[in-house]
Amino acid sequence: MRLSADDLHCHRGGRDVFAGVSFAVGSGEALIVIGRNGAGKSSLLRGVIGLVRLSQGRLTLEGGDPELTIAEQTHYLGHQDALKPSLSAAENLSFWAGFFDAPSLDIHGALDAVGLASLAGLPAAYLSAGQRRRLSIARLIAVKRPIWLLDEPTSTLDVAAQGRLTGLMQAHLASGGLIMAATHGPIGLAKTQELRLDQASPSLAQDQGDEQEKP
Amino acid sequence: MNPLAAILVRDMRIAVRVGGGALMGVLFFLVVVTLTPFAIGPDLALLKRIGPAILWLAALLASLLALDRMFAADHDDGSLDLILMGRAPLELVVAVKGIAHWLTTGLPLVLAAPLIGLFLNLDAPAEAALVLTLLVGTPALTFIGLIGAAIAVTLRRGGLLLAVIVLPLTVPVLIFGVAAANAAVIGPVPFGTPFTILCALTLASLVVGPFAAAAALRQEME
Repeated sequence: MRLSADDLHCHRGGRDVFAGVSFAVGSGEALIVIGRNGAGKSSLLRGVIGLVRLSQGRLTLEGGDPELTIAEQTHYLGHQDALKPSLSAAENLSFWAGFFDAPSLDIHGALDAVGLASLAGLPAAYLSAGQRRRLSIARLIAVKRPIWLLDEPTSTLDVAAQGRLTGLMQAHLASGGLIMAATHGPIGLAKTQELRLDQASPSLAQDQGDEQEKP
Repeated sequence: MNPLAAILVRDMRIAVRVGGGALMGVLFFLVVVTLTPFAIGPDLALLKRIGPAILWLAALLASLLALDRMFAADHDDGSLDLILMGRAPLELVVAVKGIAHWLTTGLPLVLAAPLIGLFLNLDAPAEAALVLTLLVGTPALTFIGLIGAAIAVTLRRGGLLLAVIVLPLTVPVLIFGVAAANAAVIGPVPFGTPFTILCALTLASLVVGPFAAAAALRQEME
């Protein structure tokens, strides 16, 4: 599977958010999108799944399911957690698993993977910001989709949870998935490419072996 | 679980939990109808004549109450982004959300109507006719309301705009709903004629509402 973008442009609110962005990510690879605040990282991720209109450019997915769109094969972890405060953690997760038509509903296993198994019955309103984040990460585990788009996935997570997230991402890459993540900090993955959105013409820097220490 | 069943179960669960607003519509309905005899006075003949109209107006306003948060809540917490990424067609998702909304706010109104009709001096045949018109007509109110709820989704004070958009569109439903109920109470028009048109309005709104609402949502998400 290979997700490639050619010369993407995004024009919103009378200004160019980004222009001329190209990248290619294959199975087992992670693309880290880097840039200052407002550089268009979130817009790029949302553009890939059609939540933001791209004014120009082409996105192609090779080796995916031809019956499905890119968005339908993608998990998006955005700034918002998409949780209902009046439903319990398990109910929130099983709703998304049901909505995304997961063949097997291993809610407990997914909650366990993010360390929330003991809080399954607690309404989401009582969860802390980091716990809410972990609950939305559990969605990526409960439903299998090959592409993960992560927007600042480590924000609000403590060190232990960041390490756990890194483990989940490594497992996803090892099983042939691909990851695009917008982030400011180190993400602790071994094989990554970097996409910088700061410069006039964004460039791809190949970066084999992360020099950053694991968090 | 089927994606649409998941939406139905979730929306109904949220509606009946604390702060969900399922009971709010019925309480509002009850308060408006109860206030009417106090405002008009103990004129039983007059109450009987305007009773169906009062009940219909109250049902119309009550069904608007919880409508503004229908898509706005999903938009604010990011759920709508994920719903758009699902494999279920947005039109069907919107229709199922409409059904869940009707089951939790419209149906309780229909069930409460016979009791509340007693305050307005309605006799048994009139109540039966009224309940029938509400049962057939309230889904139309919800599904027309879907369009307004979808248009107002990104606005902060969407509730006010929603009422301005939706209320004029519900005028035909109101006219034929009240006409059918009145036909059964005071005649002389046969009940069937306005009732058939009411059924037609509901069927049309069941089709048009989800498509229009889904188109509005797609437009706003981009």
